[in-house]
Amino acid sequence: MTESKTSRRGLLKGAGALALSAPMLPMLKVLPASAAKADTAVVVIGQTINSLDIHRKGTNRPSYQIAVNCYDRLVSFGTKTLPDGSLSYDYSTLKPDLAESWITSEDGKSIVFNLRSDAVFWDGSPVTAEDVKWSLDRAVSLGGFPAVQMKAGSLIKPEQFVVVDEKTFKINLIRKSKLTLPDLAVPVPMIINSKLAKKNATAKDPWATEYLHRTPAGSGAYKVARWDPGQQLIYERNEKWTSGPLPGVKRVVVREVPSISTRRALLERKDVDLSFGIPDKDATELASKDGLKVTATPIENCIYCLGVNLKFDAFKDKKVRQAIACAVPYEEIFKAAAYGNGVKMWGGASAKPTDISWPQPFPYSTDLDKAKALLSETAFKDGFEVPFAINQSLSSWMEPTALLIQESLGKIGIKAKIEKIPGANWRTAALVEKRLPLHLENFGGWLNYPDYYFFWAYIKGHLFNSSNYDNPEVKALVDETLHMEIDNPEYAPKVKRLIEIAFEDVPRIPLWQPTLSSGMTSDLEGYEFWFHRQLDARKFKKT
Amino acid sequence: MMQDHAASATAPDTVHETVAHVSAVDPETTRPASTGNAFAHIVYVLKSNPVTLISFGLFGIMIIAALLGPYIVPYDPLASNSAVRLQPPSTDHWFGTDQLGRDVFSRVVVATRLDLFIAITAVALSFVIGSMLGSLAGYYGGWFDTISGRMIDTIMAFPLFVLAMGIVAALGNTVENIIYATAIINIPFYARVARGEVNIRRHAGFAQAARLSGNNDLRVLAFHIFPNALPPMMVQISLNLGWAILNAAGLSFIGLGVRPPTPEWGIMVAEGAQFIVSGEWWLAVFPGVSLMLAVLTFNLMGDGLRDMVDPAQRT
Amino acid sequence: MLGSRTKTVLQRLWQALPVLFGVIVVTFLLTRALPGDPAVYFAGPAADANSIAEIRKSLGLDLPLPQQFLIYLGDLSRGDLGQSLSTGQPVLTDLTTRLPASLELTFAALFLSTMIAIPMGILAALNPGRLVDHACRLLVTMGVSLPTFFTGLVLVFFFYYLLGWAPSPIGRLDFAYLPPPHVTGFFTIDAMLVGDLETAWAAAAQVFMPAVTLALFTLAPIARMTRAAMIQALSSEYIRTARAAGLSSRKVILTYALGNAMLPVITTLGMVFSFTLGANVLVEKVFAWPGIGSYAVEALVVSDYAAVQGFVLSMAILFVLVNLLVDVIYTLIDPRVGSEA
Repeated sequence: MTESKTSRRGLLKGAGALALSAPMLPMLKVLPASAAKADTAVVVIGQTINSLDIHRKGTNRPSYQIAVNCYDRLVSFGTKTLPDGSLSYDYSTLKPDLAESWITSEDGKSIVFNLRSDAVFWDGSPVTAEDVKWSLDRAVSLGGFPAVQMKAGSLIKPEQFVVVDEKTFKINLIRKSKLTLPDLAVPVPMIINSKLAKKNATAKDPWATEYLHRTPAGSGAYKVARWDPGQQLIYERNEKWTSGPLPGVKRVVVREVPSISTRRALLERKDVDLSFGIPDKDATELASKDGLKVTATPIENCIYCLGVNLKFDAFKDKKVRQAIACAVPYEEIFKAAAYGNGVKMWGGASAKPTDISWPQPFPYSTDLDKAKALLSETAFKDGFEVPFAINQSLSSWMEPTALLIQESLGKIGIKAKIEKIPGANWRTAALVEKRLPLHLENFGGWLNYPDYYFFWAYIKGHLFNSSNYDNPEVKALVDETLHMEIDNPEYAPKVKRLIEIAFEDVPRIPLWQPTLSSGMTSDLEGYEFWFHRQLDARKFKKT
Repeated sequence: MMQDHAASATAPDTVHETVAHVSAVDPETTRPASTGNAFAHIVYVLKSNPVTLISFGLFGIMIIAALLGPYIVPYDPLASNSAVRLQPPSTDHWFGTDQLGRDVFSRVVVATRLDLFIAITAVALSFVIGSMLGSLAGYYGGWFDTISGRMIDTIMAFPLFVLAMGIVAALGNTVENIIYATAIINIPFYARVARGEVNIRRHAGFAQAARLSGNNDLRVLAFHIFPNALPPMMVQISLNLGWAILNAAGLSFIGLGVRPPTPEWGIMVAEGAQFIVSGEWWLAVFPGVSLMLAVLTFNLMGDGLRDMVDPAQRT
Repeated sequence: MLGSRTKTVLQRLWQALPVLFGVIVVTFLLTRALPGDPAVYFAGPAADANSIAEIRKSLGLDLPLPQQFLIYLGDLSRGDLGQSLSTGQPVLTDLTTRLPASLELTFAALFLSTMIAIPMGILAALNPGRLVDHACRLLVTMGVSLPTFFTGLVLVFFFYYLLGWAPSPIGRLDFAYLPPPHVTGFFTIDAMLVGDLETAWAAAAQVFMPAVTLALFTLAPIARMTRAAMIQALSSEYIRTARAAGLSSRKVILTYALGNAMLPVITTLGMVFSFTLGANVLVEKVFAWPGIGSYAVEALVVSDYAAVQGFVLSMAILFVLVNLLVDVIYTLIDPRVGSEA
């Protein structure tokens, strides 16, 4: 209820109205639409924000944007301009956020952060090392996804986080890892106003999960003015934000509209400023419309691929997997499912990678004769039947892709039977139980290193290895490279070897590297792509 | 009596049927069904009601499409062709092509069989189960009546479409499960109509006579009393067929339909819906219109049938 | 007389109890059979088997089903419907904030539909078998034959996208407006209560298209019932008497015949109301209407047990109440119906 009251006040035009209590106000209308336009950005998204606290159990992906827009972190990634003129985060540069500087100790066992002296939370209280410790303790203590993500950066227990003095904070490292600093820049380790949170904590709920679930308490660029779960979220600019230049709009309204075609209609009629995450078809078509622009950014470290599960008898044979890789109609899929948006991941020149860029094209292209020849060398030369699972919630690209693959596989004697698995069941079936013989998969790693991708997707038992691939050499190589600095001379050869094995064994057959596309009116500036693929409104401005 | 009416709401259309019919039953009509002059009456009704005639014509076309569809369509409904993706209607592709270059006309025609199959099987199932439950309850009364009545009340108290969604979501989206779900939510009608019709006739003269001439209870029920319940149930069946199609299409729309690439009207509308705004209206409109025509046919036929079995309703 | 009526009402409520219990049991079993694992969902992306098991335990999902059911019943008796996964709110809060949206839409649809269907039914009844009758019948049958989601999409396409007459289909109010203070939960009425006509108008504009979509679907039962009841009423003894007594035909039709024909029409309205509330599901999805129908669809898709259970239970209770109300109205206005009904 607090949110809605503040919002009603905040959204009223006259300052005098502030004195009245909200329910008694006679005029509830906001500014006239035309006047409101310049300092309000309206965004539509397709999914529902289900929590304002990324640390909470069950918080879904669209909710991560709160962590981005309402909270700051110790460090952040830089921004770069892509060749097409759009903005993207820059994985290669780490920049100060709440920490103005940091030093890794000589022995490499700790990092000391100096907090900015002018940083304040929304309530005006200064950001202290206490807050940082409480927040990071919380991120590793609540379990679930935040803990797993922190662990990727070798941040696992509260004892690692030490308050040196009010503005100095130290992290003791359990190992030297190239992943630690970037992992502090992902949405999870956000810095929370611990004094305020603790005031609202209870003995049963020491981390104030119930409070922060509805009431963010941060220092970030926007405050939440109003949240109607399942309908909309309204951001309001934090005039005291110190971690970057103030956003160019005062308010951002994020409205949830489930129907894809309605979202498109809203944008085409310019009733909204931004439609976040539009289908590839719309991306292609809207780009040419007057007054609209489309930003399509290839998602780093992400590949849409065909998973060939080694639990299934026929797929234990490497040649069967290669035969399938030769039978996939890549070009047609790229046209019909991606509408030409993305980066091709097929037709690589050589079976040995020449560099460690990732993702890179695999050395396969559509060649049914070769596929038949490969298949005839196996015990499955007469073909076989296999269930082909796709995720219902992602059917906009998975369904056309699956239909084309199904048709093509039919030509080499493999009968695939398409099975749509409800979105709710998908994770359990594909990633937890890993029981889908043939399926489509879309993993992308937040931290942009090839070894990080391999860590999640090519090692037995790891979550995104939905193909149950198991290779001791891959495991050894990933163990060695995961924490290694990339300028280490051993790094590149080892990663090349990893990629070569992936080429050869193809437990995952890459189809294309997808893009995150958003359509917006041409007067909205400052849209920025992030690896977390959620809305970042901090640089928005309207011209 | 009114309680029965009030609780028998499902499809708005069937609502009325139950009420109107039962209210038309008075003690004098509780006699065995007369077959005399029935044919002449049917001809009379068809002649006097052109709309019904049209609906029978449409029904004929649907049956032909269902039986012969796969053999007469110009293209393979499953074959993709990337050269002709998303083409508007033309002489080559009467209803245009979809995002994979499949011929929409062929898909719409071939889908007729599956859609009719789902509707007919589901309605047949609910007819058989519902009328058995209802007849037994109406004839014997007592605890069986109470328990089956409560079970049916329970089904009715669900928002029916959501119940169907739940069943399909829980069992998995296959054609069989769509049929089961549709059948379950339709059982209450038949049970109620059968119960009502049997109940008012169980002590009727002709039933007593049949019993006296040595028929056991089940025989009397099955061969003497139940046939009287058939005419009103025919009306139900026809209306329900339409509703079953709508129900299956609705399930498809929220993603609980048959699996691709099988053509089915509901799925085609649901998928085509995404393309309307971008101007590819033919993807959704043709299957949508077919869907509407099919449902309309059954609804009009239901109306026509009612005129035939229950002339008192018109005049 | 009143005593016996109260008794009837109490008796009806008593009869509804086993039905409600049945609904609770069936819903519980159905939700447990849903695919998808809330523990996996709660554990979030990148969670491992351990953390999933941990969460399963903390949600009580590792217990045997009968025990889970008892816990659920215990929670219910305290009025606790649980927490929704997808919105992160208590289910009770979600339902109470969303139910007014669904009710507003349903009432608007029924209002529209009644305004059109009753005159149509009367017209058809006055001209049975003539062209008007056939046309009415064809029209209402077409309405009920249209899949609501299809009608909705087509309306949006024409009236919003192409013509721009209708406001954007994004729920109950356009971006530029704030919901009026909560009194009834119906935005149009609440806005009028505080004298904010602009917001009331905006809310009415938003509800119009989804209401038309639903109204098309509900014309048939109302129009047909009106027609049937009117024919019956017009052919009855007292109408003939009234006519013979020289009363104007208009008065006979509108006062006497219609008055008597209203009884079955009200019954039908009651049924159509509870049916429409359930049929909202698809329309709400198309128009991003924040009602309980779209809530239930989303919940089902993500196997949100608590939300689905809460939705079905509240619908069942509503259903029982509406039936009861119809019965009561019936007994009140029709002296012939006694407690034997």
